[in-house]
Amino acid sequence: MNSIIFTAGARILVALLFVFSLFMLLRGHHLPGGGFIGGLLGAISFIVYALACGSGEARAALRVSPEGLAIVGLGVALAAGMVSVFFGDPLFTGQWYWVGGDSYETALFSINSVLVFDIGVYLVVLGGILSLAFAFDEET
Amino acid sequence: MEALTALIIGLLVAGAVYLMLARNFMRFLFGLILLSNAANLTIFASGRMTLGAPALVPYGAEAPLGEVGNALPQALVLTAIVIGFGLLAFTLALAFEAYRRLRTMDSDKMRYAEPKEERE
Amino acid sequence: MMSWLLVMPIAIPFATAVVVYLLRMSPSGRWVSLFGSVLSLVASVALLVAVLEHGVIAAQMSNWDAPFGITLVADYLGVVMVVITAITGLATAIYALGEIPERVEKLGYHALFQTLIAGVTGAFLTGDVFNLYVWFEVMLISSFGLLVLGGSREQLDAGIKYVALNLVSTLVFLSGIGMLYGVTGTLNMADLREAVANAENQGLITVIAMLFMVGFGVKAAVFPLFFWLPASYHTPSFAVSAVFAGLLTKVGVYALMRMFTLVFVGDVGFTHEILIWVSALTMLTGVLGAAAQTDFRKILSFHIISQIGYMTLGLALYTPLAIMGGVFYLVHHIIVKANLFLVSGVANKLAGHTDLNRIGGLYKSSPFLAALFVIPAFSLAGFPPLSGFWAKYLIVKASIELDNWIIAFVALFVGLLTIFSMTKIWGMAFWKPHPDGYDPTPDRAPDHVRVPMMIPIVGLAAMTIVIGFFPEPFVQFAEVAATQLLDPTQYVETVLGARPEALFEVQPDIQPDAAPGVRP
Repeated sequence: MNSIIFTAGARILVALLFVFSLFMLLRGHHLPGGGFIGGLLGAISFIVYALACGSGEARAALRVSPEGLAIVGLGVALAAGMVSVFFGDPLFTGQWYWVGGDSYETALFSINSVLVFDIGVYLVVLGGILSLAFAFDEET
Repeated sequence: MEALTALIIGLLVAGAVYLMLARNFMRFLFGLILLSNAANLTIFASGRMTLGAPALVPYGAEAPLGEVGNALPQALVLTAIVIGFGLLAFTLALAFEAYRRLRTMDSDKMRYAEPKEERE
Repeated sequence: MMSWLLVMPIAIPFATAVVVYLLRMSPSGRWVSLFGSVLSLVASVALLVAVLEHGVIAAQMSNWDAPFGITLVADYLGVVMVVITAITGLATAIYALGEIPERVEKLGYHALFQTLIAGVTGAFLTGDVFNLYVWFEVMLISSFGLLVLGGSREQLDAGIKYVALNLVSTLVFLSGIGMLYGVTGTLNMADLREAVANAENQGLITVIAMLFMVGFGVKAAVFPLFFWLPASYHTPSFAVSAVFAGLLTKVGVYALMRMFTLVFVGDVGFTHEILIWVSALTMLTGVLGAAAQTDFRKILSFHIISQIGYMTLGLALYTPLAIMGGVFYLVHHIIVKANLFLVSGVANKLAGHTDLNRIGGLYKSSPFLAALFVIPAFSLAGFPPLSGFWAKYLIVKASIELDNWIIAFVALFVGLLTIFSMTKIWGMAFWKPHPDGYDPTPDRAPDHVRVPMMIPIVGLAAMTIVIGFFPEPFVQFAEVAATQLLDPTQYVETVLGARPEALFEVQPDIQPDAAPGVRP
């Protein structure tokens, strides 16, 4: 799309959308948000970039292939589910370690397998949607 | 509300069947999209139509307070939409590739995988 | 620890898929894929051992109790399907070493293949109808990919038909799930048994049962719904078509068996009566369709349909003996049919085509291959003492016991016509001289191609013979499987356990002021 206004505006919009997608990713589980929604927003940011500057540049900005991103995300999500084997729980049982407290209300923050799973989902959604979008963009 | 939803589902299915009976594969695909939306609406309606808050559990509570909407069908529909979206995107890519290689969208003319002597 | 036994047969193929996709550009990918298949087989056998010990085992993912969480469950039928899936997966992974060209490997063949195996295994192990749908989709999307991988015109044409009809069946199935949830309020299969029996509107339950029957019927390729199968199974690479022929339709049959013994048993006189006639027509149309074909793989494709009829007949007759025969048939058929497709691949490599009019002379030049064709072919037709004989014997005996002479006659008649088709392949591909006048000797394929293609054929043929000569343990296994299917008390109890009733009581006893910032 050859529009100077859109191209110039896209640069700001893309960065904002992408940061917002990370915000949604980190906010998930206890509040509305999470890997799926974050991944969709992240994908939208790159699609806007692809519309403004062409999918070639969007691919270059992503640096890695979207298909690879999706499959790595699948691996990350699976690994996050498998972590619970070390704690004697069934697959996908969330493992939580609270720093500075013992529950959601009191702790400063937590280290947990649920966020890792969400990151995996984020990558799957981002990679999956971008591989489709780029493929359709390049086929025409 | 239920009657209206049922009517919409019926209309969607009718439109889908009409489109899917066409020879053109793209029309078939559009029919499929309508049909998949009808199926998703069916699941959504099967969770009962109630006026309730989103099913969020507040701090410290074990269960949502007050009347909330049924979250399970929403989760099912979300899953079904995502899967359906993936499948339809794949089918669209397949249709495009088929059009590029076979130079036709007419399913009657797609006979490359059929026995040779039957080809017109 | 029990839950991990159930998880591993699904998780290993997924993990393998991730690794082999990242390795798709390097030749080591195919060996990793093979290693993953070996690991899955080990995990499946471990699960089999556990099931033999306990009868039924179940696990709740993430510690959410059934019927709320995701349940994995393995009974005798489920676990034998998982093991046979792993065996077929390993056989085709070895076969692929010889057959799949590097170009297709680089497109991600092994990753798709492992995802397919994961999807099939998941469908056999899940204890929840919606998850069954999800596993169906995992299986479908990877099978779509495998079918059109390589992108020849035949494949694209076949792909369109396969994709279109399978998507419609999926949507029918999905609508059925929605209505079932609306009537019963649960989707856990064990929980559904009671909920469906107690449902007020039994007429609606029968309607839903028919929706499920149509949805699974398309996947299983039964009589009026099978058109996609002969239109597509002869186009992909031989390793892929062997997996498809062996496993994909059987997932549909398995789903029918599971739902129509566990859940939809309220109106057996109606639903199973329909299935009986559908099965009879499936057998007949399949075998008659095969008689009209001259392509190696097309004949075999039509025979898949006719054999599916036997399996659904076992379910439809709904006696212990019939279901036992159906289970036995399912296992025997996967081995035999996958093997026949693998043989057709070698015949194609040596003689140059799959059209029977354009090949020949294989018996004279490659007697070993001919012998390996005869074993599964005769087993398919039901010659004693091969595995197919026992499978057909059980089904026919069950229909005679019910005094259903027409069905017994159809089953025997179809067996006869199967022999006709197999002798046609034998006569045209193996017996008559090659029309182009050359000898299709084994050295027409180099060693590194031929050896990996022959190993799985020999292995599967050996299994056919073992089942044929020592059917006793397998029949006993099938008997227990049938008993469990007809009386799923243990299945239901294992899944639901001692149900914690307290979970049903919602207790909003926390004061609203203890939850700051939340509007009541």
